[in-house]
Amino acid sequence: MTGAPSAAPTVPAGPAPETEVARDLARRAVPLAPVLVAACALGWGLEGALSSAYAVVLVVANFLVAAALMAWAARISVAVLMGTVLAGYLLRLGALTLAVVVVRDAGWVELVPLGLTLVITHLGLLVWEARHVSLSLAFPGLSPRAQKG
Amino acid sequence: MELLHVLAQQEPGELAEGLTAVGRGIVYGAAAIGPGIGIGIVVGNAITAMARQPEAAGMVRTTMFLGIAFTEALALFGFVLSFIVAG
Repeated sequence: MTGAPSAAPTVPAGPAPETEVARDLARRAVPLAPVLVAACALGWGLEGALSSAYAVVLVVANFLVAAALMAWAARISVAVLMGTVLAGYLLRLGALTLAVVVVRDAGWVELVPLGLTLVITHLGLLVWEARHVSLSLAFPGLSPRAQKG
Repeated sequence: MELLHVLAQQEPGELAEGLTAVGRGIVYGAAAIGPGIGIGIVVGNAITAMARQPEAAGMVRTTMFLGIAFTEALALFGFVLSFIVAG
């Protein structure tokens, strides 16, 4: 006879670093967005600027939803975390596709700036954020900000 | 037989349009498979790491989140390519 079955393994309790990182990504998108929108406006006019702004919103929403899903799942169990991440990937990809397909024939949409901004914002924000992430036990999320004074 | 003839009729450009849609689907589908596998590997290893060192869970989750997002960029490339190249 073995002992009583153990409970489902859970992720150790603690603050959710994903939400902290995703919020920081959204914060970093604020100065990045005008640059991208202006660049697209130069190349494709008003339609380019609107498409670019739409793409930035999609990318930030994607990060926030991913983080919220992971933080929610991590509170339940490891198995739910695994399932949620994989199902969340499909759901978010589907939602992104739907968000683009719905507007692709609209008059204010230019597909090239929309697509370029999607990729550049996603990768740019991640690379930028990766430089500010702390991988220490004391600060598992973001690096502590430098104290002034 | 008559029905087959009717069905076989096509407007000019219909074939190209259909093939474009099929190509778009193949590009998008193929581009989504790789990141799916990649995300599975990232999460699987992150869970192993958390089980081995629970005190490092916060660190592992941060790395996992960034790893997933970087992997997802590949799917985004495929998605963008599928609708930009096809026009």
